[in-house]
Amino acid sequence: MPGMEGTELRIIGFLCNWCSYGGADTAGVSRFKQPTDLRIIRVPCSGRVDPLLVVKAFMEGADGVLVSGCHPRDCHYSEGNFYARRRLEVLKRFLPFMGIEPGRFEYTWVSASEGARWQKVVTDFTDQVHALGPRRNFGEGNGGGDIR
Amino acid sequence: MRIGVFVCHCGTNIDGTVDSHQVAEEAKKFPHVVYATDYLYTCSEPGQQEIQQAVGEHDLDGVVVAACSPRMHENTFRRTIERAGLNRYMFEMANIREHCSWIGEDREANTHKAIELVRMAVAKVANHVHLHPSYFEVNKRVLVIGAGVAGMQAALDCADGGLDVVLVEKKSSIGGRMAQLDKTFPTVDCSICILGPKMVDVGQHEKIKLCTYSEIEDISGYVGNYTVNIRRKATYVDWGKCTGCGLCMEKCPSKKAYDYHNEGIADTTAINISFPQAIPKKATIDPEYCRQFTKGKCGVCAKVCPLGAIDYEMEDEIVAEEVGAIIVATGYGLLNMEELGEYGAGRYPDVITGIQYERFLNASGPTQGHVVRPSDGEEPKRVVFISCAGSRDASLDRPYCSNFCCMYIAKQAILTRDHIPDSEVYVFYMDTRSPSKGYEEFIRRAQEEYGVQYVRGRVSRIYPKGKRMVVRGADTLLGTQVEVETDLVVLATAATCAPEAEELAEKLRISYDEYGFYMESHPKLRPVETNTSGVFLAGACQGPKDIPAAVGQGSAAASKVLSLFSKDQLESDPQIAQVMELRCVGCLKCADTCPFQAIEEKELPDGRVVGHVIETVCQGCGLCTSICPSGAIQLQQCTDNQLIAEVEALCQAWRERSSG
Repeated sequence: MPGMEGTELRIIGFLCNWCSYGGADTAGVSRFKQPTDLRIIRVPCSGRVDPLLVVKAFMEGADGVLVSGCHPRDCHYSEGNFYARRRLEVLKRFLPFMGIEPGRFEYTWVSASEGARWQKVVTDFTDQVHALGPRRNFGEGNGGGDIR
Repeated sequence: MRIGVFVCHCGTNIDGTVDSHQVAEEAKKFPHVVYATDYLYTCSEPGQQEIQQAVGEHDLDGVVVAACSPRMHENTFRRTIERAGLNRYMFEMANIREHCSWIGEDREANTHKAIELVRMAVAKVANHVHLHPSYFEVNKRVLVIGAGVAGMQAALDCADGGLDVVLVEKKSSIGGRMAQLDKTFPTVDCSICILGPKMVDVGQHEKIKLCTYSEIEDISGYVGNYTVNIRRKATYVDWGKCTGCGLCMEKCPSKKAYDYHNEGIADTTAINISFPQAIPKKATIDPEYCRQFTKGKCGVCAKVCPLGAIDYEMEDEIVAEEVGAIIVATGYGLLNMEELGEYGAGRYPDVITGIQYERFLNASGPTQGHVVRPSDGEEPKRVVFISCAGSRDASLDRPYCSNFCCMYIAKQAILTRDHIPDSEVYVFYMDTRSPSKGYEEFIRRAQEEYGVQYVRGRVSRIYPKGKRMVVRGADTLLGTQVEVETDLVVLATAATCAPEAEELAEKLRISYDEYGFYMESHPKLRPVETNTSGVFLAGACQGPKDIPAAVGQGSAAASKVLSLFSKDQLESDPQIAQVMELRCVGCLKCADTCPFQAIEEKELPDGRVVGHVIETVCQGCGLCTSICPSGAIQLQQCTDNQLIAEVEALCQAWRERSSG
């Protein structure tokens, strides 16, 4: 696991309180080992995640950003994750235009009972970001195109 | 601001893979932090006292505890700082256990991570403001969904406690699964004899309003003030007039209707009362089989009914009920046995399910309690039971144990030997599970006193041979293949979630697991609460369980409702959206987005229109905050500034790490 070899990258996760944060807790309680790169920010609902917040994280130097909420139709607030899905899908398509490789951003659904799934999501995403390596700053020219 | 940081060792749970002391030392360097310490168990009484003391001694106005998940102890520590005189919302937790110490073994990486998590929490608290709850009235009525034994117990306990109860049941009679059973384990009590009086109590209780043959259409509102629309399905019989005399059943010419109560082992009439002890004892017409509906002419029941209760024109009716709390007790379903192809289930008439066998055993069943083979009506001389038919089977994506099958197989095996003394009974099992009081003794009794043959092993195939069936499987204790020729095979099919459990969960806004069973708030400590305040669980809708456990949960859920209703007013959570009227441009996108209709238009004295949050209705999801173009509506405790502060604090830490 990359994080444990001392080459941690900078990954931020925005997790909804009811499902994914609970799923991450379940993974912890079950001692499902995960890479250590990810830092989790708890939000009430994935629909609370303003796409600009994700952009802000990239601007401040994040190498990867993960948003995770409840499965569609299982939202604690009925429809928050539907809003999240629309916004984040637009964002996902827009990020390469800003010079950020598509693999650096994911959004996903994990329920509070799915500890094993959370372990897989974190591990896969961390591996994916590690495959891309550290992100160079804006203006340094990077995979998605030269934006200078 | 003056922030105190308290890092918990949690014994070795955290300190084993995180250097808690170093985390506290590093925390002292963060902006606003004036005090930081580490402690063995911060949630213990001395641990909490230390926080209270530190708040006074160091004049703290914000507190960060780095320990377990906030889903576990956030409220504990909020109360702690409240006792120390702080506003309870000037608090944040850094989750360094579930999200850190428990998931990585590299102590150095974990410690780094923990330090950064604390730094983020500190940055967030620095942006906290005092919040104060408001109070709202509670409607002290309770809705119970499902009138099986768990729901009935919950309804009775609530009603005896003085609450008005609305009890909704999908079927035409209350009673649930238990009403189908012949006997109960391990006492071999007659099921309906102990359930019947309870059903009568429910039916006659002046505080319980029964809505049978009804389903939940939709639910809106919040704890203390739910509005529930109930669909009262058309029975085509005016229950105000029907006396349950049963004359219509005698005369009905359509006698091939599916008998749900008997699990299809016999047919019933298109107009029927589901079983003799039904409550309410009223007839319903099954339009799928009624000739008036299928052929457009018949009308026999309308002619014979002495009270003129038949109404073919009846339509579903939607009734609204206002309640303050909801108990969900929708029970379980059973695996469709046709999924078990290797057992020939569904193809061979003499391979049946446990619940069907129960109806054969039952004196009020279609055979008056005489066990017969469905194929030719003869008495079986040998019966084979197969446990874990679909349970504990990863290939069917159902790895869980169905909880009660081992016990009911033992019961049915004993009853078979009782009913047919010259019969032989075999049980193929994986393990017998009998952990409750008197259960192990009961299985022993089946084996020793009743001579039931227990064969440890799985069955690979069942096939017909002449008039009989051959069960082929392994005996893993002897290490051999076994073949048993038998007259009847009974499958203990897996308990599944109730049909349409997911749809109901979505209406209730509660979570369910991958198998459709409802999720409790905490698996150990909050077993009947859900994450939706005011919604409680009872019985097998939460997971397969036997009668005593279901009854226990029914009472537990009722006591939760009674304690919730012991106050006349409830405290509302102040972590809700707030509109900064100066910034609001009055586009009201927030009002369109809000899933709870919690935002209304408000006209200011100068004529400007702005959004206004109805405090008690807002649930605090923050959808409005992320849609607001001017950042005017902010979810308290999760404002844009607070989230940005967390991101910035983390990125600052990263930059420092890579430069230093």
